[in-house]
Amino acid sequence: MANFEPKIVGFLCNWCTYAGADLAGTSRIQYPPNIRAIRVMCSGSVDSVYILRALLEGADGVFIGGCHPGDCHYVSGNYKERRRITVLKSLGLDDGRVWIRWVSASEGKRYADSISEMTSYLKRLGPNPVSKYWSL
Amino acid sequence: MKKEVVIEVKDAKAKEAINSFLESLLEKNLVSALLVPREVPSKDNVVQSLMTNYNGLKEVNVISPVLPVSSAGIISEMTRLSSYKNPVGVVLRSCEIRALIELVKLKQASLDNLLIIGVDCLGTYSVSDYQNLCKQGNSPSDELLRKFKEGGEDTKLRKACQVCEYPIPSNADLVIGLIGVDFEKNILLKSCTEKGEKILEKFSFPEFNQSKREESVSKYISKKIEKRDTLFSEMKEETSGGWENLLSVFSTCINCHNCMRVCPICYCRECFFESPTFEFDSEKYLMWAERKGSIKMPRDTTLFHLGRMSHMATSCVGCGLCEQACPSNIPLLKIFKTVSYNVQQIFKYVPGRDLEEPLPLTTFKEDELRSVGEE
Repeated sequence: MANFEPKIVGFLCNWCTYAGADLAGTSRIQYPPNIRAIRVMCSGSVDSVYILRALLEGADGVFIGGCHPGDCHYVSGNYKERRRITVLKSLGLDDGRVWIRWVSASEGKRYADSISEMTSYLKRLGPNPVSKYWSL
Repeated sequence: MKKEVVIEVKDAKAKEAINSFLESLLEKNLVSALLVPREVPSKDNVVQSLMTNYNGLKEVNVISPVLPVSSAGIISEMTRLSSYKNPVGVVLRSCEIRALIELVKLKQASLDNLLIIGVDCLGTYSVSDYQNLCKQGNSPSDELLRKFKEGGEDTKLRKACQVCEYPIPSNADLVIGLIGVDFEKNILLKSCTEKGEKILEKFSFPEFNQSKREESVSKYISKKIEKRDTLFSEMKEETSGGWENLLSVFSTCINCHNCMRVCPICYCRECFFESPTFEFDSEKYLMWAERKGSIKMPRDTTLFHLGRMSHMATSCVGCGLCEQACPSNIPLLKIFKTVSYNVQQIFKYVPGRDLEEPLPLTTFKEDELRSVGEE
């Protein structure tokens, strides 16, 4: 397990976290390359099905990045996503593989730190067992 | 607004007494039509029927213990494009009214000019059990009333009904009461809204004066809650092994989507899971199979159930029609009822309780769930 590299699917909001990730890059902040970023217009557009699908396909983690509460470009998308994630986590499947973080466009460091933190957490947790279930 | 009267029952024939009340609703022109459960000519099942005159009212049986379909969906079909100009009476069980309220909030139905007549629900049998009872020559409704009167548990009832904590209709204009009422002699008729009261004014039924109703109702409900909690702890035990135990339950799903079609809450005209998103290249299947060694076909059945659950759990009324419609005997009621209850508790939301309460996923509070996203 020493060289297990978790695969993280990232859904990053166009207005904050994606720009934050960009800033992390242009500021040359180092962070693990384990995240595969997908740009979405708003964290509120990330339906639970996208998250479930990534996990059932064997992703080791899903990261959702949105604007800080109160800063949503569409006023309330992140508040609604916050509720949706809460519903998703109460389906009884939560073992810490779904992370949501508010990262603004100016928080390149926070983005890099979040990804580092999540990567090392998943390394400790090990591979997503679902990736081996054939009967789903 | 609350007015309680009795419909007198002759020769212990509860069904006939209720039907004569329904007949006079049409006769007095208080409603222009009635949506009611009616026995089919073969007598071994019941369908919803929209009646504008009272020919055939004899076959109407609003206490028939079977629920092939939720009338909430039927009312949605009838009122989605426009609402009624003249009053239409709809006779519903508690789960159907609660689902209807959710559909109105989802903008899929209109309550305008509907006269909602709720009936106390003593539970329903699965369609096949109901048919078997009929074949044995018994009237399932009489049997159920008799068993209820004796106070016995009927373990043949659908699981959903055995654990249902809402036997009494809420949000109805009129309620036909059976629980805590000596229904061989009298049936309770109660108005809960102004609309309902206006109807009762047109009749001269005697006052209801049996005080034991409330006590019996709360006793009955607490028995149901006990059973519900047993179901919850069963579920907790079965899924304590984590992901695999819960997910393997959906392995036998044949992807027929019956559960989605009968679900009164699943309202999408075009389901995401039936969209071209789930049409793949032939090679893609091989790629998946290679990755896991083998994959189960049809694919994506677990995703379908979990996805559906995450979409409708906030509004699930626990009618259990999903389980009744499942050809693979997946214990959907147990899973959906438990998960939905937990989800609804988070938002202190009870589906069907109040038309004014917004749906949890369409609203938010700024100062809630503060810890999410801030770790």
